[in-house]
Amino acid sequence: MSTQLQAKDFASSQEVRWCPGCGDYAVLKSVTRALADVGAVPEKTVFVSGIGCAARFPYYVETYGFHTIHGRAPAIATGLKLANPELDVWVVTGDGDGLSIGGNHLMHALRRNVGFKILLFNNEVYGLTKGQYSPTSRVGTRSPSSPNGSFDTPILPGTFALGAGAKFIARAIDVDKDGLGKVLAAAHGFEGASFVEIMQNCIVYNDGVYNSFTDRDKEASAQIHVVHEEPLVFDNGTKGLAFDAPTMSLKIVDAHANPNEVLRHDENNRILAQLLVTMAPPEFPMALGVILRQPGSPSFEHAYYAHQPTKLERTARVADVLRQTSLWRVPPDGAPK
Amino acid sequence: MEAQSVVVRFAGDSGDGVQLMGTQFVAATALAGNDFATFPDYPAEIRAPAGTTFGVSAYQIHLGARPITTAGDAPQVLVAFNPAALKVNLSLIAPGALIILNIDTFTSRGLAKAGYKEDPRTTGVLDPYQVVEVDLTKHTLEAVASFGLSKSDAGRCKNFWALGLVQWMFNREVASIADWIGKKFAKEPTTRDANLAALRAGHAYGETAELTAAVPHVGTGTAKFPPGEYRGIRGSEALALGLAAAGELADRKIIFCSYPITPASPVLHQLARYGHLGVGVFQAEDEIAAVCAAIGASYGGAIGVTSSSGPGIALKTEAIGLAINAELPLVVVDSQRGGPSTGLPTKTEQSDLYQAVYGRNADAPIPVIAARSPSDCFEVAIEAVRIALRHMTPVMLLSDGYLANAAEPWLLPNLDEFPRITTNAPGPHTVGDEIGTVIFNRDPQSLGRPWVTPGTPGLMHRIGGLEKDIRTGNISYDAQNHQAMTQLRADKVAAVAKFIPPQQVELGLEEGALAVVGWGSTYGAIYQAVRAMPAHERESHIHIRYLSPFPENLGELLRGFDRILVPEMNMGQLASLLRDKLGVETVQLNKVTGQPFLIAELVQKIRSLLAAKPAVHSAPKAVSGDRK
Repeated sequence: MSTQLQAKDFASSQEVRWCPGCGDYAVLKSVTRALADVGAVPEKTVFVSGIGCAARFPYYVETYGFHTIHGRAPAIATGLKLANPELDVWVVTGDGDGLSIGGNHLMHALRRNVGFKILLFNNEVYGLTKGQYSPTSRVGTRSPSSPNGSFDTPILPGTFALGAGAKFIARAIDVDKDGLGKVLAAAHGFEGASFVEIMQNCIVYNDGVYNSFTDRDKEASAQIHVVHEEPLVFDNGTKGLAFDAPTMSLKIVDAHANPNEVLRHDENNRILAQLLVTMAPPEFPMALGVILRQPGSPSFEHAYYAHQPTKLERTARVADVLRQTSLWRVPPDGAPK
Repeated sequence: MEAQSVVVRFAGDSGDGVQLMGTQFVAATALAGNDFATFPDYPAEIRAPAGTTFGVSAYQIHLGARPITTAGDAPQVLVAFNPAALKVNLSLIAPGALIILNIDTFTSRGLAKAGYKEDPRTTGVLDPYQVVEVDLTKHTLEAVASFGLSKSDAGRCKNFWALGLVQWMFNREVASIADWIGKKFAKEPTTRDANLAALRAGHAYGETAELTAAVPHVGTGTAKFPPGEYRGIRGSEALALGLAAAGELADRKIIFCSYPITPASPVLHQLARYGHLGVGVFQAEDEIAAVCAAIGASYGGAIGVTSSSGPGIALKTEAIGLAINAELPLVVVDSQRGGPSTGLPTKTEQSDLYQAVYGRNADAPIPVIAARSPSDCFEVAIEAVRIALRHMTPVMLLSDGYLANAAEPWLLPNLDEFPRITTNAPGPHTVGDEIGTVIFNRDPQSLGRPWVTPGTPGLMHRIGGLEKDIRTGNISYDAQNHQAMTQLRADKVAAVAKFIPPQQVELGLEEGALAVVGWGSTYGAIYQAVRAMPAHERESHIHIRYLSPFPENLGELLRGFDRILVPEMNMGQLASLLRDKLGVETVQLNKVTGQPFLIAELVQKIRSLLAAKPAVHSAPKAVSGDRK
């Protein structure tokens, strides 16, 4: 490549139609910047989305794009990777698209380890259909379809991904340029399915749902940015996470007083990942960054070809294969042999 | 008595090996130079309780010295492995038929399980038939006694014992079957030798026991075939080979995405073995994922194919609409079965024609074609891919449970004679052109757009399910544009008619008193029924492969007949379609028993129509200009 592409080179000519102030704008900026940073090749890059506000994403990126149907983006992207494993595929989905109508496909894409990035925009609400509660909405969410408050238990995207066997799980906040940028770059570098939950603010239907840890004055105390092999500390290094053996859970300790008790992050540890993704304010900080990264397994599409003796190359002719059975010949006089 | 053709039916428990016995008998039939057609008729339960009527599995073979196109009406030979098999099949067989009964199973317990209060051998119900009683189990156990098998393993050899006996009845040796056993069980020498012993013992039994008097002489002779190279073929295998051939003709990978369902799964199983033909299979998590992955594969430049039966096709419907909107190629194979809902999974029906032609939200037409015989599945599969790539559209290919499992001899095609399948390449363009106008610059004849796949430099674009501008492909909610796009989608499917051959008459003249019009797997039965008429001067057989759109000459052709009879294994779906698209009125003959048509019931209907003068002359009406 002669010239390094810039973030603006990945912005398409289409007019962006999200609500003013929507968190999606910030995500779009971070993604185009990440594409430039990782040296993405536009014609080899494909964004595949389902339905919902976030699903408009492909129109705004100057790459190939496919805006499909509700919940099915992982299935369509799987077929795409089977047809052409060389493509750099990003799946854009939301909490309703990915965890409600499309939960089955998301589960299977993760357990198969299909080689694409899954960006799940979680705003805990159905935006495009005008504000109904979603499968990630907290109990008690008042919405047009739950006027007295929702009462069904929400699903945690991180634990869903862990349960489905995901090998890469990361989390970031829409407007956190630095945190989201790092997570996107890491996701891009992973062979297999990389699952990224983006906490995205819906300014119209669920404004401020993440304020308990995104407000300026709470960032330090209510967020922990995990880094592989580094101590799990937050609140300017004053507090740390430690393992409480009797309850098999995490606890917060004074990091200065008890530095040896503070755990170090291990991206390979699924148990630790489980503990981290289930932490929530106000008792605990929200864990952000690359929570789990277990490389070493082949991607599904790689295995798909490797499993075939000819790597799906056409090495035989149908005319020969259809003769690999008992044949008989009828001579011109019609009497069989 | 020298019969021109004979119908043989094997019936027993699902675990008796009846299907295996049938396929081996067919292989031997082919080697003997007979024409044949088969009909495996098996229950939905994998292993229903032994000895019950609902667990009966059957395999019917029609073989003969003349061309055979159906699995036959009434069996003249029935091999019944137990009382339940006799009970279920007694109503099907011909008067005077030979029944071979395994009397070891006619115990009070066996009779009770079949629902017989009294032994049918003593009540007179078997009087119209020739009954041969054989201690099948006992003889089999004796034949394999030296191999030290358990009693149940030894008993499993009885299908080969029975096959040996049947081979003897047809004056055949057992060498070819013995060869097969040798290869099949090469790694299990004891099983191999026991089965061989059972086969030979059954054959010897026919020769030495005093059976001769009871067995009718079934000299079937040999059929007259066009010269060439032949093999036996099942519909599902022909369909799989046809898809692989289409990939070869288009020089593209086939990515076949499917979720297991009866009776469509054999196509998946077959294609799973064709990696060296450039075919990849993907067993998806559900029907929706299967069609979506196929669409994704097509988007990526492979030929995406998905396959299911009626209930699964219903689940795929929304995604088919996406492929229509995105103008992507896709082949959807529907192996129809009895319905609605779970219905009759293992029984055949033609009741998905409405679903194929009309069954989607909004104005969403797609081309629909149907296979008419097991070997025809090969050509129809190629044709489906050709249409999908030329017009950049989903295509529905209708098969059914009968075709999927039935077998017939196949004159091997010369693949060099098939035209290559071309794909639409983008037209010339320069930097600065609006990319969408290149992507959606459709061929004026086919209205198919160029197939531009990710990875192509300089042509990055976005597609999706939202309505798009007819020229640029950008999202458009413009009223006139939607009108134009809806018209374009209709015109595109109509344009298929310009590329397909005109409708031929299979048998008879191009005008007359009666046209018998069918589609799909009723081909053989209709053909034979029309052929059975004294002279083909008044009645003709027309069989439609292209169901949507119809061939351009079909309306004109049908107007040349006084009456039109439409036999279908549904409640009149083609009849409705003919009325809708061509303004043609028909006489319906509908059968939904899960069993194919019998030639005799078609002959009877044709005779009654030809005999009765229509009270009001009901020649088809003229077609109004734009109804097509």
